[in-house]
Amino acid sequence: MPRINSPAELEELRKEILSRRDPHRRCISLCSGSACHAARSREVAGAIQEELKKQGLEGDVELRRTGCHGFCERGPIIVIHPEGICYLKVQPEDVPEIISETVKQNKLLERLLYEDPATGQKIVHESDIPFYKNQQRIVLGSNGSIDPKSLEDYLAIGGYSALAKVLFHMSPEQVVEEIKRSNLRGRGGGGFPTGRKWEESRRAAGDTKYVIVNADEGDPGAYMDRSLLEGNPHSVLEGLIIGGYAVGAHQGFVYVRQEYPLAVENVGYAIETAMEKGLLGKNILGSGFDFEVKVHRGAGAFVSGESSALMTALEGKVGEPRPKYIHTAIKGVWDRPSVLNNVETWANVPLIINRGADWFCEFGTDTSKGTKIFSLVGKITNTGLVEVPMGTTLRQIIYNIGGGIPGGKGFKAVQTGGPSGGCLPESLLDMQVGFDELSQAGSMMGSGGMIVMDEDTCMVDVARYFLEFLTDESCGKCVPCREGVRQMLKALTRITRGEGKEEDLQLLEELAEVAKEASLCALGKTAPNPFLSTLQYFREEYEAHVREKRCPALSCKNLISYYIDPEKCKACMNCLRKCPAGAVSGGKKVVHVIDQQKCTKCGTCFDVCPPRFGAVKKISGQPVPVGVQQGAGAEVTG
Amino acid sequence: MDRGKLDEIIGRYDGDASSLIQVLLEIQREYHWLPKEALERVSQRLDVPLSRIQHIATFYKAFSLVPKGRHEIHVCMGTACHVRGAQRVLESVENLTGIRAGETDADLKFSLETVNCLGCCALGPVVEIDGKTYGAMAPSKTSEVLNQYE
Repeated sequence: MPRINSPAELEELRKEILSRRDPHRRCISLCSGSACHAARSREVAGAIQEELKKQGLEGDVELRRTGCHGFCERGPIIVIHPEGICYLKVQPEDVPEIISETVKQNKLLERLLYEDPATGQKIVHESDIPFYKNQQRIVLGSNGSIDPKSLEDYLAIGGYSALAKVLFHMSPEQVVEEIKRSNLRGRGGGGFPTGRKWEESRRAAGDTKYVIVNADEGDPGAYMDRSLLEGNPHSVLEGLIIGGYAVGAHQGFVYVRQEYPLAVENVGYAIETAMEKGLLGKNILGSGFDFEVKVHRGAGAFVSGESSALMTALEGKVGEPRPKYIHTAIKGVWDRPSVLNNVETWANVPLIINRGADWFCEFGTDTSKGTKIFSLVGKITNTGLVEVPMGTTLRQIIYNIGGGIPGGKGFKAVQTGGPSGGCLPESLLDMQVGFDELSQAGSMMGSGGMIVMDEDTCMVDVARYFLEFLTDESCGKCVPCREGVRQMLKALTRITRGEGKEEDLQLLEELAEVAKEASLCALGKTAPNPFLSTLQYFREEYEAHVREKRCPALSCKNLISYYIDPEKCKACMNCLRKCPAGAVSGGKKVVHVIDQQKCTKCGTCFDVCPPRFGAVKKISGQPVPVGVQQGAGAEVTG
Repeated sequence: MDRGKLDEIIGRYDGDASSLIQVLLEIQREYHWLPKEALERVSQRLDVPLSRIQHIATFYKAFSLVPKGRHEIHVCMGTACHVRGAQRVLESVENLTGIRAGETDADLKFSLETVNCLGCCALGPVVEIDGKTYGAMAPSKTSEVLNQYE
């Protein structure tokens, strides 16, 4: 493809691409995001290619490897066009039948369709599945229909038209104004108004400025940025170039974690093809505007996702934060004005430019506009990426889209905002999600991780888990974080081990206050949130650990014991054979008994005991029933 | 240590000191650890003090200053895996391999690391060995998985 030299040539090319495309042509689109790769989507792709060849359809049917469709619970997902038949959990073994039955003869394979758990009805089309039907996928929606390695695919859905619009019909000031009017707020954590950041940088002195994509997505349980960058890299690049034009930058960076190899590959490839086509580089689309992008891989440090730390890392130094008396928008990378936005924020930019700030403001609440992508994970029926308008309630997300808690368990809490966020209880399920709403409740939006917890999750242990994560990730530069967070972890560990004292709670609260007030960067300032929010909403769990040495969720290892109910044990030998510590005694027809001295509390016996027996029990805060010990050797009858 | 290979990696970045982390990442990928000779060469070629390289090599999780085992086990400790019992899975892997997270065994068979999120939360708890993902892990399944590796 030759270079595109003007908006007219871009539109011509777009028309030409569309004219070549037959909307009735058979096409199998296969989710090839990282989560589906883990579920063998690569093997499925290989099987499809082989089978098309075998059944003589090579050339007639296109295989399109798309980015993440979002419904990770049921991956790998394929959609067969033009009908839009959606098959879930496809394995290589299913492929021959899919080709011979569905592709060749339009016959549906019932077993691969989605079954509505409420009605038992089979659902053929992706968009009718409740998981998708209740979403508003303006940013993520294209992921399922384009091949991230194909610039043509992106152009076919209107790609780079926003870039052409700003370069030829808008002044940089107008672009900044439009973004300001849209009230777009940063999707990476803080929720700072994007337009204001851009304006500050635009007005800052100096000729050399930078714009940066923050793809150092570090919150455990959050992977929407990866899916966007993997699945639709051009949309992020288009946003970045528009941002560069608006603030007057000619150099952009994509800072992406090296743990995301597919994202690194796809964004690198997108940059290369955009360069070849003149959508990046010198004199973009003949406008006279020059812009280049470099990819910088992060080497695995959570704190490097903080804006000033990330900028230090871009300079090739250790990615530690620095004080921000002067905003990075004015003094960032090499002390030059630098605008840093998260992947999802950048991906929203072309949409706002094309459809206007007014359209964008139709979604959301008064203070949080647009949509937000959440990664809905944990104890939830439908794990996946969920995009909803701001203002959607937690209940709608968890129950209408997520399908509730699996295994008939009760909901306990939802954790939002990653390690800087907090845990919200059932009483807040009707809260609307938005930047300010979540902060007021003691949590935060963060980058959009949403981890659902059920009755088996211990909230004290969750707080300890996050503090452990943050202790490990603290860069050690400032004392309140380096020492304070560590001491908080020590106190929480004591409590989960049943060694906690009443004073520990007070000590924790004091340490939390200092870390919040005096830490250098957001990591330390927000580190107490997991503790404070769990204490606020689940104080009784802390008290049970401290006063009764009991873990109500039956989760903290030091506070629980496993025992086998002799009334229920059918002496099936399952736990006896599987126990790695050799702690279960008994035999065929002889009730099994756990030797508490030998037991390592790995829980294997609990996992392998057939549910119809349910003989292995967990207890906490009470001694193991003595009768059970004496029951050893008793014969099983019946 | 193949100096030609090393120089080629450094050469890819035109000896630019701001590319230090990128150069180290490529060396790590090539050798699976950062040998001392390599770091000295990088220091020389990029004109960066060895102390700064050490600072970076110890700060980031991606780097190792000791050789890695033939098989790299990553146990995901992300929040989604944590609430599904990742801690118990890790403990069983530690018991079976005889090494703790962050260590390599004496035969250089396994290196065990914990990671903060592999981003395939639907499959959790997840263990990844040499890039292959094992989903829905439980302590009762770990020995079967580990036994596949020689």
